[in-house]
Amino acid sequence: MKVRARDAKELWQEEFEKAPVRDDGIETSTISGIPLKPLYTGDDLPRREEELPGQFPYTRGIHPSGYRGRLWTMRQFSGFATAEETNRRYKYLLANGQTGLSVAFDMPTLMGQDSDAPTSRGEVGHCGVAIDSLADMETLFEGIPLGDITTSMTINSPAAILLCMYIAVAEKQGVPASKLGGTLQNDILKEFIAQKEFIFPPAPSMRLVVDSIEYCAAEVPKWNTISISGYHIREAGSTAVQELAFTLADGMAYVDACLERGMHIDDFASRLSFFFDAHIDFFEEIAKFRAARRIWARWMRERYGAQQERSWKLRFHTQTAGVSLTAQQPELNIARTAIEAMAAVLGGTQSLHTNAMDEVLALPTDKAARIALRTQQLLAYETGAANTIDPLGGSYFVEALTDEMERQAEAYFKRIDEIGGVIPAIEAGFFQKEIADAAFRYQNEVEQKRRIMVQAKATNALNRLGKAAAGNDNLMPYILDAVRAYATEGEIMQAMIEVFGTYTETAVV
Amino acid sequence: MAGFTGAPGTGKSTLVDAVIALLRKQGSSVAVLATDPNSPFTGGAIMGDRIRMQRHALDGKVYIRSMGARGHLGGLSLATREAIRLLGGFGFDQVILETVGVGQSELEVAAVADTTVVVLTPNLGDSVQMIKAGILEIADVFVVNKADIDGYARVVAELRTMMNMAPKREWRPPIIPTIASRGEGVDKVWDAVLGHRKHLATSGKAQELVERRLRDETAEVAAELARERARRALEDDPALAERLLNDGTPYRTAEEILDRKG
Amino acid sequence: MPKTATKPVRIVVAKVGLDGHDRGVKVVARALRDAGYEVIYTGLRQTPEMVVDAALQEDAQVIGLSIHSGAHMTLFPAVVDELKRRKATDIVVFGGGIIPDDDIAVLRKKGVAAIFTPGTPLQEIVDWLRKRFPES
Repeated sequence: MKVRARDAKELWQEEFEKAPVRDDGIETSTISGIPLKPLYTGDDLPRREEELPGQFPYTRGIHPSGYRGRLWTMRQFSGFATAEETNRRYKYLLANGQTGLSVAFDMPTLMGQDSDAPTSRGEVGHCGVAIDSLADMETLFEGIPLGDITTSMTINSPAAILLCMYIAVAEKQGVPASKLGGTLQNDILKEFIAQKEFIFPPAPSMRLVVDSIEYCAAEVPKWNTISISGYHIREAGSTAVQELAFTLADGMAYVDACLERGMHIDDFASRLSFFFDAHIDFFEEIAKFRAARRIWARWMRERYGAQQERSWKLRFHTQTAGVSLTAQQPELNIARTAIEAMAAVLGGTQSLHTNAMDEVLALPTDKAARIALRTQQLLAYETGAANTIDPLGGSYFVEALTDEMERQAEAYFKRIDEIGGVIPAIEAGFFQKEIADAAFRYQNEVEQKRRIMVQAKATNALNRLGKAAAGNDNLMPYILDAVRAYATEGEIMQAMIEVFGTYTETAVV
Repeated sequence: MAGFTGAPGTGKSTLVDAVIALLRKQGSSVAVLATDPNSPFTGGAIMGDRIRMQRHALDGKVYIRSMGARGHLGGLSLATREAIRLLGGFGFDQVILETVGVGQSELEVAAVADTTVVVLTPNLGDSVQMIKAGILEIADVFVVNKADIDGYARVVAELRTMMNMAPKREWRPPIIPTIASRGEGVDKVWDAVLGHRKHLATSGKAQELVERRLRDETAEVAAELARERARRALEDDPALAERLLNDGTPYRTAEEILDRKG
Repeated sequence: MPKTATKPVRIVVAKVGLDGHDRGVKVVARALRDAGYEVIYTGLRQTPEMVVDAALQEDAQVIGLSIHSGAHMTLFPAVVDELKRRKATDIVVFGGGIIPDDDIAVLRKKGVAAIFTPGTPLQEIVDWLRKRFPES
């Protein structure tokens, strides 16, 4: 039997090599540069005990019941101008059954500046609410019972201040801190690595993060103290492997810092959560999410000696990739986002934000925002993607890719360790350089058309066709050019219709 | 004129930034030349040393100028000498030259600066390599920056061993620990620079340096002029270029070009 | 000093505004370097005054601004105004970032020579500079 199987594979190999190959840019690697084989077989399957959902190392998901037990949370993040307007919006959302609120702050607030600071000019109230003092926070949550809802606050350098303001508003409502639930992004390391909204140097910044984790563990136990974010690292141009490795390395750096403070791993590990990007390279993304869970579980149990299962489980929120969207033909962004969202779901995300098609240009229109949310509902209720737990588990390709992501991430951990840890690596510019190199490589690839983005590049060919149709040239070369540029049949017909018009048969009765 | 050099990531820009702050507090005006020897192929460069010094951007008594290598080796020292002379002419009290230490460039700093400050850190593996690469001969002051992280004692010990093994010099370079990001030890660095300056003056080395530099610079300018002349001769005289190609004799052709009346 | 063959055009590249999204500005800086320009990158969160001061000290012919915070309508014209105040209107200003078409027209009118939005091929920026500085 075994011999025959080998013969069959050799036969396939021969036939594959003889077969004609497309010449329009076949990719032989993922967008992160992981080499791809044309075919994966049982030979690529790792030898290991069968993995199962809800069981260590959680490659196949942290819940034994997957999405059969509970769907992912559809969490759309958005910003509004003033505290009053946002408050009105919150009340509307709460009246319509939503229980979780999300606060987007404006740039001066994110950078720890008051609205009247000279460097705040032109920035106040853009893309989020401006909070200067407790008075603004009181306005923001006026009439909203903080004991009954959860609030997610996307803020980092001044996170401790905003959390204190939230606690103070609750105090005035008579709600004890122990009853407050919510999430603080509070991930300063990725600010140094990617988003660059840092203020203090790394050491005191880390001290504030640990202060908040320690304080919340004792006083605000239901609060998710940190959302360790790969999203910004990826959006800054990193590869999937870098996103995975740098984010988990950040996570471990926070764990190390808390342990150094004298906390016990099981007292805070389960309140750490993660935030990843879902990019357009479908299988690579799924492998990334699966690898993330496995790596984290191993490190938590084996390196940090966490005893409780909940400390081993990596929970994460996902947002589809803003950088994969294009300003031309924004409708195509709906398709991109849907595919990215599917990757997040097949990767087992706990919550998901789908980008609106026009998000690349400005604040989404109502229609675009609705389509984005509907995309998630469609995934949940129409595609069947939520019916089977980790449906790609056991796929030759996805399992091999998951292992490869893990291997490459571990190699990065080693390099970071050699530099002396995350903070020395930040100070030496290691992450920043790795990411900038990857971004530059990717951009150049895009421009050399190696990474074909289906875009408006057919437009020029169509315009030329239209002009030729108005004249007397033979149209064949123009049509051929349009075809080569991947213009669709309908687009080519439409270009000619605009010149020729359409014919309506004379009615003959 | 003090030159600061060190591998990327040693915090040398941060140190220079702290030195600027110190000198400004003392009332001196400061000019900084930040050089970048990168990308000799296209002639282009990205110079990012200003980033760390931008807090002085609006201070009228601080002038910062970035300089690229512009595609030829050795060009840096030629251009910096000119620029230093010019800045002195403008009356800046202190002129600082900052260069990323990658291979040749630190030697160029030493050729131009009265006092060469070499910046090392404990956490970069290549610090030790730098020591091996002949940096010992050119350093007048060693700074071990980021002195608060592991490995500080090891780097200092290595440096001492190296210095003890090297031939004795009249001036023994001091080793100064700093934490430039907090401004710690920066005053000691400047004291060491002034100490070396005084040593140059009292030992008569200063005058020696001036004379040697003038000779070196003249030789370099002459070499650059000759290079330019040769390039032009080969472009303008097709017969000469043709003969060179056929005979394959660069030495003879070069002599012929130099013998011609310029 | 002997003359070098050609004098590279010097470009001060800066991030104005409070956001820290520097992916685009860094990619552009590298492309300009590879095209033979001398790029002086001044980093994040630069005020218009700082940018202009750097351009004057660095003897730059061009200022490239990047912004993603939405404050471009305030900060880009502020750079142009500062150049006027410092009598340095020969310095050409271009910008990039997430900037709606309507705003681009206004900014052009206010003296920003060109605006490049996300998705612009790097070569287009280089070509524009070559046209603007043919001697480079």
